[in-house]
Amino acid sequence: MSDPSASTVAADLADERLIRTQGLGGYAHLFWNRLRSGELGSLPVVIGLVIICIGFYSQEPRFLSSRSLVSISQFAAPIGIIALGIVLVLLLGEIDLSVGSVSGFTAATMAVLLVDHGQSMLVAILAAMAVGVAIGALYAVLYTKLGVPSFVFSLAGLLGFQGALLYVLGKNGTINLPSDSFLVQFTRFEFLSPAMSYVLVVAIGLLYVAAQLLTIRQRTAAELSSPPIALVLVKGALLVGGLGALTYYVNIDRGWSYLWLFFVLLVVLMDLALRRTRWGRHVFAVGGNEEAARRSGIKVSRIYFSVFALCSMLAAVGGLLAAGLQTSVSQASGTTDTNLTAIAAAVIGGTSLFGGRGSAYSAMLGIIVLQAIQTGLNLVGVDSSVRFMVTGAVLLIAVAIDSVSRRLRTSSGRG
Amino acid sequence: MTTAPAAPPAGDVVLSLAGVTKRFGAVQALSDVHLDVRAGEVVALVGDNGAGKSTLVKVISGVYTPDEGDITFAGRKITVGGPSEAQALGIATVFQDLALCDNLDVVANLFLGQEKRRAGVIDEVHMEKEAWRLLRTLSAKIPSVRIPIASLSGGQRQTVAIARSLVGNPKIVMLDEPTAALGVAQTAEVLNLVERLREPGLGVILISHNMADVQAVADRIVVLRLGRNAAEFRVEDATTEELVAAITGASDNVVSKRATRGEHHE
Repeated sequence: MSDPSASTVAADLADERLIRTQGLGGYAHLFWNRLRSGELGSLPVVIGLVIICIGFYSQEPRFLSSRSLVSISQFAAPIGIIALGIVLVLLLGEIDLSVGSVSGFTAATMAVLLVDHGQSMLVAILAAMAVGVAIGALYAVLYTKLGVPSFVFSLAGLLGFQGALLYVLGKNGTINLPSDSFLVQFTRFEFLSPAMSYVLVVAIGLLYVAAQLLTIRQRTAAELSSPPIALVLVKGALLVGGLGALTYYVNIDRGWSYLWLFFVLLVVLMDLALRRTRWGRHVFAVGGNEEAARRSGIKVSRIYFSVFALCSMLAAVGGLLAAGLQTSVSQASGTTDTNLTAIAAAVIGGTSLFGGRGSAYSAMLGIIVLQAIQTGLNLVGVDSSVRFMVTGAVLLIAVAIDSVSRRLRTSSGRG
Repeated sequence: MTTAPAAPPAGDVVLSLAGVTKRFGAVQALSDVHLDVRAGEVVALVGDNGAGKSTLVKVISGVYTPDEGDITFAGRKITVGGPSEAQALGIATVFQDLALCDNLDVVANLFLGQEKRRAGVIDEVHMEKEAWRLLRTLSAKIPSVRIPIASLSGGQRQTVAIARSLVGNPKIVMLDEPTAALGVAQTAEVLNLVERLREPGLGVILISHNMADVQAVADRIVVLRLGRNAAEFRVEDATTEELVAAITGASDNVVSKRATRGEHHE
């Protein structure tokens, strides 16, 4: 306040050591500098996705057909939702290896209630989600009260709930869901009409620009610096243009599936919860420095409780949707590679395994990459053995990039 | 701070400890300790390792409950049930290991646990503005409040930790070894901060091992030894030899010997 120049310069730019950014060119420069110092964000994933697309397209042009994109997005959603829960757990620096088994077990619970006991779909779904929450609560108690490492109790859960899946399914081994049931209809046959999809695209663009302009107004009122309005408009236009083009392309086939839109909605809500609410801020704080969080008066065990419960609940939701998509629950539900695909998706998308760093969008990006690889390899006609090896390699590359960027951040002072 | 007009005029006793005793099993960590802190005063708490400084800090900040003795704060007898309760009362503590989250930015760290909200969501704009105000009142040199803590220097981190203690408008700020791991320039910077805390009428308790730091900023020096009040000095009356003698409990030590030798030579 004592600085006379502070009245003409925004409060947060008053320090003479700050390098000023001016105009759109300045922001492009800033972006480049961030990349150089290891703040890679989602860039490696996007580049990887482009390479994957080019590679498969050159082998099999059908890979980028509208039909293929629609099915990639549709089949990515259930495990993507499970990966969203994994992102939360990873943000705390913990791990949940049991999400696959939990998804299978809760789906089986739903199927048994629905088919064998004749309960309504709503009751069956709510019961399955409640089971998911209960499992997460159990994990939280094990972690916070008994101090069992998450690796151990979730490994126990991996085995235990796989057993529970077999037990619940009983002798039959497979329960088919009626094809007119809500879950099957929602996951397999519901698509957004073309008109509605364009309305949605425009609405998203308008919401984005409006939210940004509101922030700019608040910041200007508080005498803080804000990005130029031109930048916001350019970003908004790019967003609408990109989404619009994509929407046009998938509308050639069936259009956006409700299942995929539901997943995207969950991702957006989770992102807002993580970045804009007290709870989200505290999740990052506990993941970054648990002791500091505790001394700041944050109820650390409540954060663990909420995160483990949410993770298991999202696993249950993912399991239910996967069951709908397959129209059945079998002994193999959620057992084969669901676990590792979900964890790999979160990590490939850019959420750090070391806690405190990541975003909800990493679940979406990661699962798109993995689903694209799976679809591509299927189209090219490669055995599933190769798919596992390729997925493993991609995971390794992703973690290597994470480690290298951590080093870069340390050496350039971005933590 | 610019918005602390409620601070009492310098001289009123804000925090007063009388007869504080704390035992851990067979160990008498504090016995009959008394301590007064006035508004606008920097009280240095010095003592050897194991003298009971940390125990006393933890008693004041609510981590430990004393076995005996009274704590009077702003004229009222209080019992401090925990760190957050102490904070709510107006006793802020800056711990030795700063307790900052490396992955969060300066604003997030300043308001951690007491985020400002607007319609349910975090009000970043308000918090950022408030962060700059706090840092300005400390004349702190932080280039940007939107960079993660990990990229700040030791002195800047200490600055953020001290600024954070001011968020709830406290009356007493306790600094536990604030210059322990800092370089020369950064130590000077932090000592300037301590000076600036006193100006608006905050009571400051400074725990330090470094006699030079203590003599540079403190008004009064309270020496603890083996869990008891060993001595109390006004800073202008105290010489390093006297302080060392009070801390070690013996006038017969290297520092005082050399001092007397020096006097003989003159």
